[in-house]
Amino acid sequence: MHARSDAADTALSWPDDIFATLQRFDVRQVPYVPDAGHSTLIQRVLTSSTMRGIPLTTEEEGVALLAGAWTGGQRGVLLMQSSGVGNCINMLSLIPILRFPFLTLVTMRGEWGEFNPWQVPMGSTTQGVFELSGVKVLRASTAAEVPAVLEAAAAQAYNALTPTAVLLSQRLIGAKVFTK
Amino acid sequence: MSTLLADRKDVVAIGGLGASTNDMCAAGDHARNFYLWGGMGGAAMIGLGLALAQPKLPVLVITGDGEMLMGMGSLATIGLQKPSNLSIAVLDNEAYGETGGQTSHTAVAADLVGVARACGIGDSRSVTTMAEVEAFAKAVHDLTAGPRFASVKIDSANLERILPSRDGTYILNRIRGDLGFQPI
Repeated sequence: MHARSDAADTALSWPDDIFATLQRFDVRQVPYVPDAGHSTLIQRVLTSSTMRGIPLTTEEEGVALLAGAWTGGQRGVLLMQSSGVGNCINMLSLIPILRFPFLTLVTMRGEWGEFNPWQVPMGSTTQGVFELSGVKVLRASTAAEVPAVLEAAAAQAYNALTPTAVLLSQRLIGAKVFTK
Repeated sequence: MSTLLADRKDVVAIGGLGASTNDMCAAGDHARNFYLWGGMGGAAMIGLGLALAQPKLPVLVITGDGEMLMGMGSLATIGLQKPSNLSIAVLDNEAYGETGGQTSHTAVAADLVGVARACGIGDSRSVTTMAEVEAFAKAVHDLTAGPRFASVKIDSANLERILPSRDGTYILNRIRGDLGFQPI
């Protein structure tokens, strides 16, 4: 489970804000590898009549899927956690080569109050991996900034074909609590 | 390859990195050919994204055994989504032909037809005769019964290469244009 202490008042509203923005930008395909931080959003997507949630076995599948979706005229967004970004690296090369709209929303691990040291290495390099791969990085650290960050990210990804990752910080999501 | 695409009509064909993409061009360049020169392991997923976006279009992924092995998880993803308009043909020469012909897993142990079937792709065939290739090529146009998968065992002869365009943006936008989509 996730501790909500840092964002208790609005903990449940920011996934709805994200969903509303994705809907407004006519996003149709939502590939994902599940993450606890994305669970509310994934639930909204799976019950949506306009979006198709597509569970992946590994995150790089989602990059290729979005290329195919755009070839067929649809926009998509890839949902994953920070450890999945490393799985995508070679497939990210499709983005500048094919020039399709790429937006990914990444729930961060390995930062703010992390309990599990195994999450820290990839969490620490997530932003650098994206930037070296030509993907612009925006970050939302509080529920209040989620709508504006999502709006900017979706606008530049879909209107300007600027590959964009939004890092949803562990401070926003709440550090995962491990109980015996 | 020529038989798979001989009577293609409105098929969008995706060629996986390696000989598959070259052979697709050798069979005749086409505005609906998606040539991959990279992104190894991604051909089937590009096919899935396109098939879900355009459910009334037949989508045919043609790739090699090495490329398919790298994206084997995508067979599970496709088995879950079950796009009825998606077909995958693996041209299996049991070797990494582009890199010196090193033996691939399918030569000894891995059974891609078994993998595809176990991932939920019910119509998974092992193809060994030209009649079976022709039957699969015909089935590609049946948009109600997919997804379907075929492993076509081929020889590993290194034929003269016909190289398609390497400009990914051109390739993608040529398909989009043929499907009626405008540039952004």
